[in-house]
Amino acid sequence: MLLIKNVTLVDALGERGPADVLIGEGRILSLSGGEAERILDGKGLLLAPGFLDLHAHLREPGQEVKEDLASGLLAAVRGGYTDIVSMPNTTPPVDTPEAVRALRKKAQALGLARLHPAAALTQGQEGKALTEAGLLKEAGASLLTDDGRTNEDTGVLAAGLLGAAVFGLPVAVHAEDTSLRRGGVTNDGPLADLLGLPGNPPEAEAARIARDLEVLRYAVRRSQKKPHLHIQHLSTKRGLELVREAKRAGLPVTAEATPHHLTLTEEALRSFDPLFKVAPPLRTQEDVEALIEGLLEGTLDALATDHAPHTQAEKEMDLLRAPFGIPSLEVAFPLLYTELHLKRGFPLKRLVELFTDGPRNILGLKPIHLEEGAEANLVLLDPKEGPVDPRGFASKAKFSPWAGWTLGGWPVLTLVEGRVVYQALE
Amino acid sequence: MRHLLDFQGWTRGQVESLLDTARVMAEVLERPVKRVPALRGFTVATVFFEPSTRTRLSFELAARRMSADVVSFAAQASSLQKGESYKDTLLTLEAMGIDAYVIRADAAGVPHQAARWVKGVVVNGGDGRRAHPTQALLDAYTLLEALGSLEGKKIAIVGDILHSRVARSNVELLPLLGAEVWVAGPPTLLPQRLPGARLTPHLDEALAEADAVMVLRLQKERMEAGLIHLQDYIAHYQVTERRLRKAKPHALLLHPGPMNRDVELEGTLADSERSLVNRQVHNGVAVRMAVLYHLLVGREG
Repeated sequence: MLLIKNVTLVDALGERGPADVLIGEGRILSLSGGEAERILDGKGLLLAPGFLDLHAHLREPGQEVKEDLASGLLAAVRGGYTDIVSMPNTTPPVDTPEAVRALRKKAQALGLARLHPAAALTQGQEGKALTEAGLLKEAGASLLTDDGRTNEDTGVLAAGLLGAAVFGLPVAVHAEDTSLRRGGVTNDGPLADLLGLPGNPPEAEAARIARDLEVLRYAVRRSQKKPHLHIQHLSTKRGLELVREAKRAGLPVTAEATPHHLTLTEEALRSFDPLFKVAPPLRTQEDVEALIEGLLEGTLDALATDHAPHTQAEKEMDLLRAPFGIPSLEVAFPLLYTELHLKRGFPLKRLVELFTDGPRNILGLKPIHLEEGAEANLVLLDPKEGPVDPRGFASKAKFSPWAGWTLGGWPVLTLVEGRVVYQALE
Repeated sequence: MRHLLDFQGWTRGQVESLLDTARVMAEVLERPVKRVPALRGFTVATVFFEPSTRTRLSFELAARRMSADVVSFAAQASSLQKGESYKDTLLTLEAMGIDAYVIRADAAGVPHQAARWVKGVVVNGGDGRRAHPTQALLDAYTLLEALGSLEGKKIAIVGDILHSRVARSNVELLPLLGAEVWVAGPPTLLPQRLPGARLTPHLDEALAEADAVMVLRLQKERMEAGLIHLQDYIAHYQVTERRLRKAKPHALLLHPGPMNRDVELEGTLADSERSLVNRQVHNGVAVRMAVLYHLLVGREG
């Protein structure tokens, strides 16, 4: 039994408390105290449901030098995540029920965050032959995606949406038109021209989202079951507008945004540091403002990290050769708590919802609210400020664009099914 | 200045001071014994991650004319693809006691990255599409030699502006000296905007009343990528004797080389008396001497 006294509760329902939260048997037993072996003083701290990340690259199998389940899932619980969706663009890709089962089994044995592997939409993520949606679902796949690849064949994407709908699986898409993107490494515009960097136009995202929404419209018309299209890492104002219009028209579409697209702009590329090289690229301040508006109004349903670890040496290449991606599991919440909530007054309730119920809804999981009887998947957060120091990351990628930033809202205790899986309490 | 990466943040005074030094160096190059002890004891490394014989020779000659020791490192693009780190390469050289690094790379920003890693000074020897500052300096030097002043002069840069580091550096540098710069090229090879330059897809507009025309090399890759059609380019953007009539009489002609004769430029023009192409190459050594001198010695003074 664990008792957290005088703690403020925050979930999608709002902020309340203080409460004395008694945890045992994997559940919240009481919000008004009780007998416990261990008592923590929660005064000044926030207790929230554990976070779910829809979009993490844990690199296993095949690229364990960048990250593996052990380091990735430890990074997750240090970031307050109790549930993680791993992307299937591993080597080889996760495109069979056996591969999904193997990942889940290994993750369960680690006893850290719970893994909900995404599986590839097409065999080998090649965009040609579909994978076995039903068998993948039975094996425990949480969604289907060729993330990292962009489903060039419209007919295959349509068939994939129809097939996944039968089994209630969302199909997530990396929305970029590769022929318009060409070799772009930064936002296409005057700054890219000035810096001499090949640009990735915002229209490459919008063009692909527009197509994907038409494919969704087709799937809705053709299917007896409701398809679900999820758009990953939205980065542009125009892309957001398209999703907003589609939602108003009643299309079953959801979308996510990442911490980096909300806190950094293309200006970071003036340093020519490949640390800031991501796909889709960092955009303009106008896009950032639009995304924040999208989070507030609900056009965006979830915050997802797109945690993409690489080796230091790879990120010390030039901008053309270095890989895309930023590791962010361990800083996502403090970053957005500080930059959105503290600095811009973004409502804490909505922020927490975007880390918890928002992504859970997308996967068809029940919401977790802090009430008696709720599963004890919880995170305790400390508003006290401290610096980002990537040298201390559990992730193997020990670099960060936010290194040296001072943030509050750090997770100090993470519970999965009532077990303490991470603690940094003095 | 600590490094020469591009001309962001430079003042006219700094440019003029550097070009004054280049004039002194040019005199050295006229002497029977073309060597001074200015950089004795310093070691200059040419670190070329992208092959370029002409620029490398020009820098190495410049360093030797001032009695510096010179080492050269040429990396194959293939070894970079295998994951060899730029940083490791540079730190290895640093451990050998290098004072100045002349860095050439096919990706924009590599010299900027290098400047964060090494203690020595970094000279950008050309990085991707970003900058080729010593080329722009030698272009400016050559233009000043011919025109006396660039104040109010119109300079047209013609060709593939989007992918050209030479164009970008000239667009940053020439306005600092009072020139009005126009750039012209096909729409697929023009940037959206370049501070310091007027952009046009119409060659005649750029050439009108120009005092000098800088013609850029057209790369085969652009045709292969479907960005232009060669015959269409020749028909509309080749700088010819006839088109040059739009410019001022005796307008000067520059080209950073190597030239595709009869593609971007009518072959006979390259050899005409208005062509400054060989002067550019000649002046390159003096300008690079001035740059190395300013960075290695000037900053101590």
